[in-house]
Amino acid sequence: MKLPIYMDNHSTTPCDPRVVDAMLPYFTEKFGNSASRNHSFGWEAEEGVDQARKHIASLINADAKEIVFTSGATESDNLALKGVVEMYKEKGDHVITSSTEHRAVIDAAKSLEKKGVKVTYLPVDKDGRVDPDDVRKAITDKTILISIMLANNEIGTIHPIAEIGKIAKEKGVLFHCDATQGVGKIPVDVQELGVDLMAFTAHKIYGPKGIGALYVRRKAPRVRLAPMIDGGGHERGMRSGTLPVPLVVGFGKAIELCAKEMPEESVRTMALRDRLQDGIMGALEEVYLNGHETDRLPGNLNVSFAYVEGEALLMGVKEIALSSGSACTSATLEPSYVLRALGVGSDLAHSSIRFGVGRFTTPEEVEYTIDRMIKAVNHLREMSPLYEMAKEGIDLKTVQWAVH
Amino acid sequence: MAYSEKVIDHYNNPRNMGSFKKDEDGVGTGIVGAPECGDVMKLQIKVENETIVDAKFKTFGCGSAIASSSLATEWLKGKTVDEAGQIKNTEIVQELNLPPVKIHCSVLAEDAIKAALNDYKKKADTEDVPEEAATPA
Repeated sequence: MKLPIYMDNHSTTPCDPRVVDAMLPYFTEKFGNSASRNHSFGWEAEEGVDQARKHIASLINADAKEIVFTSGATESDNLALKGVVEMYKEKGDHVITSSTEHRAVIDAAKSLEKKGVKVTYLPVDKDGRVDPDDVRKAITDKTILISIMLANNEIGTIHPIAEIGKIAKEKGVLFHCDATQGVGKIPVDVQELGVDLMAFTAHKIYGPKGIGALYVRRKAPRVRLAPMIDGGGHERGMRSGTLPVPLVVGFGKAIELCAKEMPEESVRTMALRDRLQDGIMGALEEVYLNGHETDRLPGNLNVSFAYVEGEALLMGVKEIALSSGSACTSATLEPSYVLRALGVGSDLAHSSIRFGVGRFTTPEEVEYTIDRMIKAVNHLREMSPLYEMAKEGIDLKTVQWAVH
Repeated sequence: MAYSEKVIDHYNNPRNMGSFKKDEDGVGTGIVGAPECGDVMKLQIKVENETIVDAKFKTFGCGSAIASSSLATEWLKGKTVDEAGQIKNTEIVQELNLPPVKIHCSVLAEDAIKAALNDYKKKADTEDVPEEAATPA
């Protein structure tokens, strides 16, 4: 087993070597501009792009023409929100989203608010799910867009997208879904889910960084978008700019592999995740699961270790790449807004760790991680005045803290 | 974020980690911070003849908070009560090479020292406790 161990697969993933192999010729031999219509260099590049587009569309049960390539999910989310709001501003000025969306959606919504758009941020339940009924109630005759993520990037909770899709259709409101964490890991079918726009990206599924896509429905309804980038009219005019052909090809290959290997891979990653969860929670007291027990991404585990601070814990297992919802890991000194939205107390939000099991995670790595986590938590609890107080029977909630 | 070697050393080998009994003679206890803020420090001193003969800490917080309090206990030992009151957070920042985002950890350590000294003085029933030092941070 090699150190350090990468267990932060929600953040990004390594490129699968098969993806890199597929990309390489497009840097050197097949370097053409896929928009060049007059020579074989262009045709060759276009063929690579077309094939990738087909693989991508096929995985989500869409038509190849409905895939718009972007620089990544952040751009896709921005294009969906801003592009729809701009295009349909005659129709209304209200957008519905949720409080646990990725910053790409929340901050795009905030930016729209500054321009006078009204945004409703729906709450989530203790498992992190939006109630479809809340969506229904929030819709007004001015609502032009609903944007709810497929699976949350911190806690892995999967939202009831198909139910929300039904409501959106019934009410005639466009529905965007940020599926960055879901595509390639769980089955995603845009028809079944009833989504009109969907954002996702290559680097979360063993493809290259710098390439993402926005699915834009062409039929029933035909979604129109105001572009954010003007230029040569690429991607049906919705996103101008020469396509990064090697990245597009890599994205297509990554998707093709996910399509082929998902049934086996999701079972394997879930088994490893479950072992990690049982190994840690079985050995330590007062470890709390954040997110939904079962409706959760197969590789996701987010837990709070009471009485120890997340960043200190990461420091204790620094040969394992993990992520924390602790304020100390962010520049803002505020703990995770996602965990706060679930009703997790600030103290436990500070104590949270996110594990992301992925394609290349091995059973040995999982066992090693369990062992190291147990030792590090015990080390820090011994050092923790809160643990000491709790052991003495003091209810920490009744203590008069000097909040600084 | 990359930690300085000194922070890592204090984290791996905390100095004087532990607790005294709060009601023990000559022991002053300072508890500062709050769980909601992500850091709580407990710092204790044991005083004989106005000199700190021993110090202990327990900290819930990030590596820098742990290191700041661990370092504080090292510095406290051997100092008189008056000298201990002179320890400044900026000295802790300098010694541990704390980045700007971690300066609050050193402030908390200074507050913990003051709170422990104050608790000691109150218990010792010293009459000339300055008013400002009587409020734990």
